[in-house]
Amino acid sequence: MKNVLIIDYGTGNLKSVHNAIKRISEKQDCKILVSSSVEDLKKSTHIILPGVGAFESCLNGLIKTKVRGCLEEMVLGEKKPFLGICVGMQMLATKGFENGEFAGLDWISGEVKKINNKNNNLKIPHMGWNSLKFLKETAFTKRLLKKMKKKSINDISAYFVHSYNFKNKNANEKVITTCYGEEITAMISKENIIGTQFHPEKSHYFGLAFLKTFLEQD
Amino acid sequence: MLKIRIIPCLDVDAGRVVKGINFLSLRDAGDPVEQAKAYSDEGADEITFLDITATHQRRRPMIDVISKTAEKCFVPLTVGGGVKNIMDIKEFLLAGADKVSINSAAIKNPSLINESSKKFGNQCIVVAIDAKKKSKNWNVFINGGRVDTGIDAISWAKNIEKRGAGEILLTSMDRDGTKNGFDLELTSTISSAVNIPVIASGGVGCLKDFFDGIKLGGASAVLAASVFHFKELTIKQVKKYLKSKNINVRIDNLDK
Repeated sequence: MKNVLIIDYGTGNLKSVHNAIKRISEKQDCKILVSSSVEDLKKSTHIILPGVGAFESCLNGLIKTKVRGCLEEMVLGEKKPFLGICVGMQMLATKGFENGEFAGLDWISGEVKKINNKNNNLKIPHMGWNSLKFLKETAFTKRLLKKMKKKSINDISAYFVHSYNFKNKNANEKVITTCYGEEITAMISKENIIGTQFHPEKSHYFGLAFLKTFLEQD
Repeated sequence: MLKIRIIPCLDVDAGRVVKGINFLSLRDAGDPVEQAKAYSDEGADEITFLDITATHQRRRPMIDVISKTAEKCFVPLTVGGGVKNIMDIKEFLLAGADKVSINSAAIKNPSLINESSKKFGNQCIVVAIDAKKKSKNWNVFINGGRVDTGIDAISWAKNIEKRGAGEILLTSMDRDGTKNGFDLELTSTISSAVNIPVIASGGVGCLKDFFDGIKLGGASAVLAASVFHFKELTIKQVKKYLKSKNINVRIDNLDK
């Protein structure tokens, strides 16, 4: 049985993530919990960290719930499948530079910096559907494309809403990018950890297929 | 590249779609939830609900519509109409809306834009401008287009951006309902005056109007109600047409 935990740390629209997981797990033996208790975290098989808002306030919210230690034990120690969405991915970085300089969880080396808009011709936030560029084939992307019944990886887009970009250090941890004035990290992956800058819960067929693929991870 | 968004708009009164619809496949043509689902399956990049209910007491059905739609539609949802304060915005967001559009309340109390975008993030605050031509420029109208505020639309658009709005929903009152196409002069003037996305609305009658709104108007998104309601055009048709004209649209779900 699957036990999906959506971490509730007083931020963001958790409901849409919950709705999407509910929809894709309809015919499965799957329990979905929105919680921030250590006990629920321990029982979970899949962990999702959503995130809407500023880097620092999200991080503070997470720290306030006192689950950080247990979360690191479950993800870094027990290697449970983990998905960070939007700021939930950005928080995995070493540092974030939104409204100052802040230390992140440092699970994935890199820095979160404002999208470069020097020429001032980009509308910020980067909001809307943008096309994805798959940098490499992983077991995950293979299953994802199969699920989408797509032969080619061209012409797939996802929904983004953000002003900051996760510039991760190790190129081999970057799986998908998109382009908005600069290269934007769209998906990162390191062992059991996945992070997406786009919102799978708002990315229609592609997003649901993405979440489904995540639920199949074990 | 960032795609141009095609946004169908549904007018909802007390939980029911107001305009007559020809979605034959639907069990209940007046049910906004089923219609939103049909639109998103057809390729809508976003769904906008306009709550035309006049009184607050009758708002409850709209909240239900939002939360039910959010369970079935996995694209962004925007709700507008009659939003007066932070509480109204919060209520819609909690129900499952991704963005809330404010109009008259923003004119009456501009600090609502600052407060709400600070509290909920600027990406979820859309300010709607209903503009009407007055000699050389355009004036902002409120209360469903009944009251001329005398405020210049261009300076209001800049003001909105400064206060933290994430987007502008721009409706030309001269064109709304005419099917003569968007007011391209208005659209291009406003979209070049600000650095936030402008959604063009009001006047779409044919495929070319969508193209013009994007190419000549500089809109980041186009919103239409009746052409979709009455099935004069389908979203799929619009997207295929735009793609053939080299406009970047999301088409990945259309090859199914």
